[in-house]
Amino acid sequence: MRSIWELANPARFMRLSAAALPWCAGGAALALLVGTVWGFFLTPDDYRQGSTVKILFVHVPSALMAINIYAMMAVASVIWLVRRHHVSALAAKAAAPIGAAMTAIALATGAMWGQPMWGAPWVWDPRLTSFLILFLFYVGYIALWAAIEDPDAAADLTSVLCLVGTVFAVVSRYAVLFWNQGLHQGASLSLDAKENVDDAFYWPLLAMIAGFALFFLALLLLRTRTEIRRRRIRALRMARARAEEAREGALEGAADVA
Amino acid sequence: MLPDLGKYTLYVLGSWGVTLAVLGLVALFSAIEARRVRRELEALEAEAPRRPR
Repeated sequence: MRSIWELANPARFMRLSAAALPWCAGGAALALLVGTVWGFFLTPDDYRQGSTVKILFVHVPSALMAINIYAMMAVASVIWLVRRHHVSALAAKAAAPIGAAMTAIALATGAMWGQPMWGAPWVWDPRLTSFLILFLFYVGYIALWAAIEDPDAAADLTSVLCLVGTVFAVVSRYAVLFWNQGLHQGASLSLDAKENVDDAFYWPLLAMIAGFALFFLALLLLRTRTEIRRRRIRALRMARARAEEAREGALEGAADVA
Repeated sequence: MLPDLGKYTLYVLGSWGVTLAVLGLVALFSAIEARRVRRELEALEAEAPRRPR
């Protein structure tokens, strides 16, 4: 079996990701189509929540991805800090806007579910609050990358910021267990079958989760490829600027001799 | 045809609409940026001499 570290080579990553990208994108489209048709059109209303149960199929996968994308960024940040593999830092950078989008979707759909069920779109519940802080960490992480010109310094600082924010990713995941208060319910999916939603909702929900995960993977590959190319552009421009400086220096030297 | 969502139509359609719009925009911007950067690199590499391997 090939080592995962082979992906740290940008040329090899570009080759492998070019092959994997169409499969991830196709799989995402298929899973999202199946999940949408099944979840939106073919599931019954819940006996207590009525048709708002259909929000489950976009709220749960986006919230799940929001936390897991942050976890992936944290792992990539550790790899960058320990082993200095550029692809890992660029993958974390590429993942951040997708994670921010997933967190925004989870917050927005949660508000639209909360209004009819709780009577309020927002409450300072532990899970909601930790999700809001997680969103702010995503935004801060993206802003920090944009603010620092040197890519290695940016990767160092954003990695540290990402690791600090990991606390809130963990709190977001376990807030309902840590603080037994607030309005938000517990997990909709669990390895313990007693906690799972009814089978009528369970399978379409799994299809949507698979669709969201593959969608993320496809976009992550696409965006990481873009970041690698951007880095190559920067290297080419710097090499060209150095060559021009050397040529001008040589011309000035020749003029002084003459 | 849309299922009957009763009095929650606005909330359910709003949630799905926001989700599709945000995911669509992220995918669209990522694809546009990917194409722009790829073309920029191709143009730069066409001008610059190839790096020795």
